[in-house]
Parts: sequence; C-alpha cells; structure tokens
Amino acid sequence: MRPAPALYNATVLDHFLNPRNVGDVPEAEALGQAGEPNCGDAMRLSLRIQDGRIVDARFRAVGCGAAIASSSMATELIKGRTLEQARQFSNQEIVAALGGLPPAKIQCSVLAGQALRAALEDYEKRHPAASAPGRRGRK
Amino acid sequence: MRQVYLDHQSATPVLPEVLEAMKPFFAEAYGNPSSLHRHGLLARDALARARAQVAAFINAESPEEIIFTSDGTEASNLAVKGTAAACQRDGNHIVISATEHPAVIASVEFLEARGFACTRVPVDAQGMVRPADIRSALTDKTILVCVHHVNHEIGAIEPVREIGALARERGIAFYVDAEAGAGWLPVDARDWGASLLSFSPHRFYGPKGVGVLYQNRRARLAAILHGGEQEDGRRAGVENVPAIVGAGVAAEIAGREMEQRRAHCARLQRRLWDGLRAKIPRLKLNGPEPGPGRHPATLNISAEFIEGEAQLLLCDMHGIAVASGSSCASRPRKISHVLAAIGLDPALARGNIIMSLGRDNTEEDVDYVIETFPKIVAKLRALSPACEGQPG
Repeated sequence: MRPAPALYNATVLDHFLNPRNVGDVPEAEALGQAGEPNCGDAMRLSLRIQDGRIVDARFRAVGCGAAIASSSMATELIKGRTLEQARQFSNQEIVAALGGLPPAKIQCSVLAGQALRAALEDYEKRHPAASAPGRRGRK
Repeated sequence: MRQVYLDHQSATPVLPEVLEAMKPFFAEAYGNPSSLHRHGLLARDALARARAQVAAFINAESPEEIIFTSDGTEASNLAVKGTAAACQRDGNHIVISATEHPAVIASVEFLEARGFACTRVPVDAQGMVRPADIRSALTDKTILVCVHHVNHEIGAIEPVREIGALARERGIAFYVDAEAGAGWLPVDARDWGASLLSFSPHRFYGPKGVGVLYQNRRARLAAILHGGEQEDGRRAGVENVPAIVGAGVAAEIAGREMEQRRAHCARLQRRLWDGLRAKIPRLKLNGPEPGPGRHPATLNISAEFIEGEAQLLLCDMHGIAVASGSSCASRPRKISHVLAAIGLDPALARGNIIMSLGRDNTEEDVDYVIETFPKIVAKLRALSPACEGQPG
C-alpha cells in the first residue's frame, strides 16, 4: 500500500512538533493576545524590543496543528525586524514560510498576525514616543 | 512504532470471512439482480440471503422489512423524509432528540424549510433523553419520533424501548438510528417497537457503501430515490451486491460474537479510562460512566486547556488513531452539537477526543495509550496560554 499522505507538509509538522520560542519574554516590552484563551483558539505573544527592533519574541498558543506551527513560524520571522517592518507583517508571510497550509487551515494562521498587531499597539501605548507620525498605519 | 487503531466508530477493517464472501460478486457473479437470466438470478439470490441475515440480526419479523441503501446517511434521509412524505396528510410535526446524528438533524431541517415543524427534546448532562420529555413534546400533529439507540459521540444509551411504547400508544411512527450501537449491543426492532431502524455494517467489520433501513411492515414510507423498482419500489438504483453480501455476513458474525466483543471492549474501556484519569489531571469523561448506560467500546474525553486536532495529530505521530468532535474548520470554532446539548463548557469541548475500541485491540494497546497520551496532553499544555500555573 502507498504511504499515507500527510495532513501538513514537513515544515509545518516540524514547527508543530518542535515549536520555536515557546514561553514568555521576562519583563517584555510588548504583550499581545489574540483569540479566546478560555474557550477557543488563542495566541499570546511577548516581545523584547531594543532600539526600535524586535530582539526576542516568544509565544504560547492553544489551537490546532496549523495554529501552533503558524505561531512558532511567526516568532521566527519577526525576530530582528524593526518596528516599522513588523507593522508590515502579514499572515501570508507565515503561510509562505511554512510552504503552504491546507486551504481550510489558512485562517488558523491569522491569530499570529493579530497577536503581533496587538503587541505593537501595546508597545505604542507604553512608549508613545516610539510611534512617530506616519507610522501608525493600522491594518 | 506500535499502531493502535482507536477509531472503530468511524470505520472498522472488513473481516476476512466477510471479504471472502464478497469477492465472487465483483468479477464472477456480476449480474444485475433485476436481470432475468442466470447471472441476475444468482445476484438476486445473494441479496435474498443477505436480507435474511440482516433481518435476523435485528429481530425483524420478515426479510421484506429490510431496505438496502448506500449507507447510514441515506437510510436516515429515507426514514425521515420518506415518513414525512407518506404521512403529511396526518400532520407536519416531528419530534427528535437534540443529540441525533447530523443525517437526521439535517433531514429534519430540510423538512422545516418546507412547512414541517420540529421539536428538539433536550438531553440531560449525560446525554440521556427522558421519555417523559418526549411524551410532552407530542401533539396531535406529530407524525414521527426520532431517537437514536446510542449517541455517536458520547456513547449514551437511550431508553428507546420506553419511547417506542409511547409512540406506539399514540400511533406515531418511531425511527431509531441504531448506527452507533449496532454490532456492539443487541438491536431488537420488534422489542423496541421501532417503525423504522437503521444501521451500517462498516461500523462492525463490514464494508462501506451499504446501509440498512428496517421498515416495519405496518410503517408507511415514501421513496426519496426514484427510478426502478429495486427494493420493492422503496429505493431505486442498482443494488451494491458485493457490499450487501458483506453486510449480511458481517451481521451474522456480529450476532454470533456480540457478547464476546462487548465484554472484551468493556474491559479495555474500563482499563483505558482508569489509566488515563489516574495520569491526567483535569480530564473529563463526556457521557455516562463505563457500564450499562454507555457504549461498551467508546470513550469521549476532554483535557482542559488544549485543543482536539493538535492532540489527534500528535496521537497519529505516535501511531494512535483517534477522532475529535471539535473542529476549527470554521471560525469561531464549532463545538459539536452533542457536547453543546449536554452543557459542556466550550473550554472542555475544544479539547474533545473520541477513542473507540474494537475486537482486535489488546491490553498492550491500551497500556501504550495510557503511557503515551498523557505525554501528548502535557506537551500541549506546556504551550497553552490557558494553562499557566496549572498542574499537568
């Protein structure tokens, strides 16, 4: 018999089985949450930001394989980005970096983008000076 | 890696005896049962034998009460829509339990959009329907009562005999979806007072592609598939002869092995639940405790703080095949209507896993799951933002 086809590709499975950057950044400069932690799928993202750049990102997530892999990939993608670059981030980048998700699972990657936006807003609230005019384009 | 299949409520392997019985009807005895030559007569004879085997399996009065369909879903559609069409002059009201299979619920919804009315009778926290609630839902317009024998997700065994008596008293048709329990627990169409009763053999070591609808000889039913005169005009379309032959043999073997299968699975079910709950904090069993009120082969469990598909996927990576009633295919996450009906907290419903045992599972299989599954839960809980500072 043929080997069973996989639900997810090898990259997605790798990030699901060995998620990167799990946990919470201690004394994080920015915290973002998306979803419904008490009843549905949810992601929490914490960031260390130095000199306008994300130097560390960690997450916790509850959700399906695609949601967990997307969260893990998102932390990898945003580390090292400037705040300006992070504001341009979209979940399509996650899907592309993961080498694609099944069509029904694309929506599961949205949480990570939402959590990042929430974290950036949190940072702006805490550091109003960091958000210069012209940089506030919300998605 | 050990492979442990714990999804027997979705599908079972076809038994070698069943497969052997089916084989000649693909390339040798390939005749159409409606044909009048020897090839046709041979196929017709095979259908008659299978019909008798299936009739005996559910204690029908006569093989003529058996209608072969393409699967359980078609049988449910035929039972609900066929009764509505045949009885619409008598009334337009249907009573169902809130936890029926989607094939029944969606068929009823189809009718509701066309002038029929439906009362959905709630269940208790274990998923049990109270006959008194069915009684008070009946009106003089009620033409059909639908209550399943065993719930397909949480394994609750319903008081179908009492409900059948209520319906019979009022002259109302009673349809029992026996899909989840058939092959594992005795099914008795006559004793239950069923007008209609359905099941499919792929859940008990028979093939897919065939379903069975029992129609009591006094029950009125209109066809919903129109065309030829197959199944006595009750279901048009060429019969799936190999699958029907397999259904007959699977039913006969299930009847013979029933008590052995039930006792074997019930023992493993007990061992599995005791083992898992001892190792996993904040784990809930959905539906009745293992025992006379529950399907002997199924466990439906919810681990708090985590989600179902992720558990399923990790189980699969460890060779363990399970199901989940929770799905993120829609957002917000869709909670199973069964878990909603028993009032399960959405936080627990999202982490829902269904394990269904079979005749070939062993104590070693169960011990492997007891060893492996708690690690899976712990791994996902370590990721969960809902779980901080919680044990497990």
